[in-house]
Amino acid sequence: MTDDYILQLENVSKFFGTVIALQDVTLRLRRGEVHCLLGDNGAGKSTLIKTLAGVHQPSRGSYWVEGSDVRFASPREALDHGIATVYQDLALVPLMSVARNFFAGREPMRKLFGLIPVMDIDYAARVAEEKLADMGIHVRSPHQAVGTMSGGERQCLAIARAIHFGAKVLILDEPTAALGVKQSCNVLKLIHTARARGISVIFITHNVHHAYPIGDSFTLLNRGQSMGTFAKQDIAKEALLDMMAGGAEIQGLVAELEGRAAA
Amino acid sequence: MSSTTSHLPLTTRKDNTSVQNDERVRRISPWRGFISRPEFGSIAGTVLVFVLFGIFAGDSGMFNLDGVMNWAQVAAYLGIISVGACLLMIAGEFDLSIGSMIGFAGMMMAVPSTFMGWPMWASVLFAFVGCMALGWLNGYLVVRTRLPSFIVTLAFMFILRGLTLVLSTYFSNSTIVSGMGDKVGSDPVTSTLFQGSTLHGLFVWLAQVGIIDKLPNGDPIVAGIPKVLLWWLLTAAGAGFVLSRTRFGNWIFTVGGDAAAAQNVGVPVRRVKISLFVFTAFCACLFGVLQVADVGSAAADRGLQKEFEAIIAAVIGGALLTGGYGSVLGACFGALIFGVVQIGISYTSFDSDWYRVFLGAMLLLAVLFNHYVRLHATRSK
Repeated sequence: MTDDYILQLENVSKFFGTVIALQDVTLRLRRGEVHCLLGDNGAGKSTLIKTLAGVHQPSRGSYWVEGSDVRFASPREALDHGIATVYQDLALVPLMSVARNFFAGREPMRKLFGLIPVMDIDYAARVAEEKLADMGIHVRSPHQAVGTMSGGERQCLAIARAIHFGAKVLILDEPTAALGVKQSCNVLKLIHTARARGISVIFITHNVHHAYPIGDSFTLLNRGQSMGTFAKQDIAKEALLDMMAGGAEIQGLVAELEGRAAA
Repeated sequence: MSSTTSHLPLTTRKDNTSVQNDERVRRISPWRGFISRPEFGSIAGTVLVFVLFGIFAGDSGMFNLDGVMNWAQVAAYLGIISVGACLLMIAGEFDLSIGSMIGFAGMMMAVPSTFMGWPMWASVLFAFVGCMALGWLNGYLVVRTRLPSFIVTLAFMFILRGLTLVLSTYFSNSTIVSGMGDKVGSDPVTSTLFQGSTLHGLFVWLAQVGIIDKLPNGDPIVAGIPKVLLWWLLTAAGAGFVLSRTRFGNWIFTVGGDAAAAQNVGVPVRRVKISLFVFTAFCACLFGVLQVADVGSAAADRGLQKEFEAIIAAVIGGALLTGGYGSVLGACFGALIFGVVQIGISYTSFDSDWYRVFLGAMLLLAVLFNHYVRLHATRSK
């Protein structure tokens, strides 16, 4: 039964001193699905991501990857298990070229004169350009600085990089938060591409309008606790909106404004 | 997913860029590509300086062979330390202790060989090991405490300068330890590596066939290529190769560009920074040893303010003060500008007091220019 989950958090709690950041949260990610993690600011999304990424260790509860109990000491170990996290800052260096960024920390090497190990820049450039093209991004040159790319293009670069380096699970931290409408749409397409390749995605957002079209299932977080996980066929967009912290407040506000307009 | 490459005509993939796919992406002209390289400012500056001195001192002997050796040697000394300073700056750190390290290296070389009976080669080895250990300490303190390297190395600038003076007066009752020239010369290892010039035979031959001038006694006007020039070439080529071609070079850019991002992609940030502090100390020690071998004495005031000159040369060469950007070639041209101006000004009718004014202006100009170019290189399509 648990076998078709690639990643599971079971009743995980995380405490920072007296602060309860997460309490008894259960999150199960099926193989090849897009799982949306919804919650307002302060709901515990960041803590949950960092627990998944190996930055934090759960204070209580267990973490399973492909059926085995794991306890990551560092983000490196999570990466080695194929769990790649794309943070909001994207871990890109604006002044460096696309190719150098793509392979930063995992440089492809070749031997100069069969002797001196050097970075294989040509290979890096070719692969970076190809992988970006697969995502629908066409750079002028793989040697151009990342600083010349738009926010959406950088997001794509970070995601393409994670996929290239063998991510089985892709954790995307608010990838659409700083983007315009069209660029957000591109990122959603990208998530779809990743899923089509069999990669499981955890998509963190507070925007239900972005989450609902692409998501297969939804977990809602509120003040450190899970409000439950729902499959797409079991819940409507409006119901999700209502359940989000602030949904009720917004509707109240709408009612009040309409009432005033009517009066 | 609609926009994959599969439906694109095959030809667009062939010609190196995929420009046709996005009508908003302009082709970049080769000229524009060239001026947005980090070293462009310093190359342009070097050309400007040569033109200026060509006009004001063209017939003064500055561009004769002995004149060229003269300013090339000044540039070479500075070039060695600016290569170290440049790599360290690209990794996002400073070393203000370079100048004091030069003086201290000289003293570490002079004291054991003069007052303790060590052979010269052992004293030089001791100086290199000592300096690199101090460089390691600099780096360790910076990454460990997370204090700005400005403060940590400022402290070492004073500590090392003070120690140099203390050692000198304790052992020799003076601020200078002399007699080093003969000691270096009589040790085959140190004299081969650090003293005088090389290719003497070639220059004698060139003088005999009349290609270069002779002194009245028949010797060639220049004895050979000064070894400091070869050391400069060697450190610059080595550092340039590492920076642009190797994995470690990519790490240097990543660490300086964004240390947090570097950490996230698995670059060993601390190790990179510490090794560059060690390399900078190595460069400073090389400067000190070469100078002692050349001048024949170690003194407490050697290398004074050299840290600033090294940083200025790196900045003129396009290195960004905040890290992540720069070039070894640029730093070398920056050092060349120094050499030409410092020596060249005495060949002109200008008072040599104008030297610092000129350099300050050059620095300001270079920074403004580099800032402008970088803005255009990275902020716009």
